[in-house]
Amino acid sequence: MTEPWRPAAELRQLRQRAQLLAAIRQFFAQRDVLEVETPLLCRATGTDPNLDFFTSQFHSPPHYSTLFLQTSPEFAMKRLLAAGSGSIYQICKAFRNGEAGRFHNPEFTILEWYRVGFDLQQLMDETAELLLSLLRNSMPPLSIRQTSYQQMFAEVTGLDALAFDRSDYADFAKAHNLVDADGLCRDDHALWLDFLFSHCVQTVMPKQVVFLVYDYPAIQSSLARLNRQDARTSERFEVFINGIELGNGFFELSDAAEQSARFEREIGYRQQQGLPAVVKDQLFLDALQSGLPDCSGIAIGIDRLLMIVSGCQTIEQVLAFPISNA
Amino acid sequence: MATFSTNEFKGGLKIMLDNDPCSIIENEFVKPGKGQAFNRVRIRNLKTGRVIERTFKSGDTVEGADVVDKDMQYLYNDGEFWHFMVPDTFEQYQADKNAVGETIKWLKEQDMCILTLWNDSPLSVTPPNFVELTITETDPGLKGDTSGGGGKPATLESGAVVRVPLFVQIGEMIRVDTRTGEYVSRVKD
Repeated sequence: MTEPWRPAAELRQLRQRAQLLAAIRQFFAQRDVLEVETPLLCRATGTDPNLDFFTSQFHSPPHYSTLFLQTSPEFAMKRLLAAGSGSIYQICKAFRNGEAGRFHNPEFTILEWYRVGFDLQQLMDETAELLLSLLRNSMPPLSIRQTSYQQMFAEVTGLDALAFDRSDYADFAKAHNLVDADGLCRDDHALWLDFLFSHCVQTVMPKQVVFLVYDYPAIQSSLARLNRQDARTSERFEVFINGIELGNGFFELSDAAEQSARFEREIGYRQQQGLPAVVKDQLFLDALQSGLPDCSGIAIGIDRLLMIVSGCQTIEQVLAFPISNA
Repeated sequence: MATFSTNEFKGGLKIMLDNDPCSIIENEFVKPGKGQAFNRVRIRNLKTGRVIERTFKSGDTVEGADVVDKDMQYLYNDGEFWHFMVPDTFEQYQADKNAVGETIKWLKEQDMCILTLWNDSPLSVTPPNFVELTITETDPGLKGDTSGGGGKPATLESGAVVRVPLFVQIGEMIRVDTRTGEYVSRVKD
């Protein structure tokens, strides 16, 4: 047992992290994407019911207010975009309460970038280029595969991700020894997709392939626009390597009214489920109202990327001080 | 009995599942960035010994199982039950055929075993890693063969059959690794 004061990561991983960050900065410098910083402590936070947040108290007597540790820099970066920043990127810490495991530390490092004028395809291509350049020394070399969610899901499960039929989904789960699936997911299509994708699809993704999975079902649209050609899907993609989820990209929703309605829905759901209450980020909505340029954006988990670069099996091995000895 | 949240899941935790006591082998937190968090758990059913995989929604709670391991001395078999005793307290437990299971073939009176108790009744019996038992039956060996190559089956006083080197004879005591069922050495008095 090593002494608790010592770092969890070896010096080699700390060096690899420094190299990775330098390479990312060089990549964006060459493309004229501006590095920015936004606050970690924020007056409002996202409403996503699946994200639990940390709160802190700001004391400025006689005023006391609650500040949230950001779950992602998305809202602040979009305020910069609305103010005319042009394409921007940021490397920062993000915080998600309750998330700890082999691939999760509640405090982690995000690379998030936005490309003004890019559609989703252009951003997927750039994401692939970035990952290939960061991982170019890996052996065997990586290949790229772009596929739609529906196709990927059907290839592995034989099920249609866009047309929910509980008995089909339940039959598949039963046949694959996932005895808890039907009891947990019931009639919740989105939950079924989360369950089957994480248990069955991610686990069989071939190694050494960068998977870019696009056209996410509309019920999992998050902050992405719905697809203009097919309203059953959204302009969202995710990137995976070795079955590890690395990042989420969107063609960003810029309609303030639609964004506000999605906030309301999630706030209502939080109330109904007894989850901690949040308020809408009005400054963010005001920014959308004033006009967000057409853009695509993505966030990548740097710690997981480092796990892949260094061949580490747990996120703790790439963190100087994970939550257990922070 | 206490309840446990999925956040408390870790290897060795004993929980109730489908009315059977189980032990968690491995717990993995699975969470899509924009979706529901799950705990995917490998669990051993302590009654059947079977290992299964189950999934919980993160934050759900399950009932704990009152399962403890105790060192006990094997006393005797009365034809139906196997009797064990806690040396310090002289407290006695009787285990049925199900609980004794495969361990039956290694049991020798006075030997220390580990009894796993569920709600204070024996669930399973784990033999010591090494036992010393006398050979009751084996083919006569070839004189002068000390190589140990080849080997032959030998029946032990407890009923187990193990492969032993050719030079080992009836009446000799041998040391056996119960985890692999393999002969280790002869035991000199």
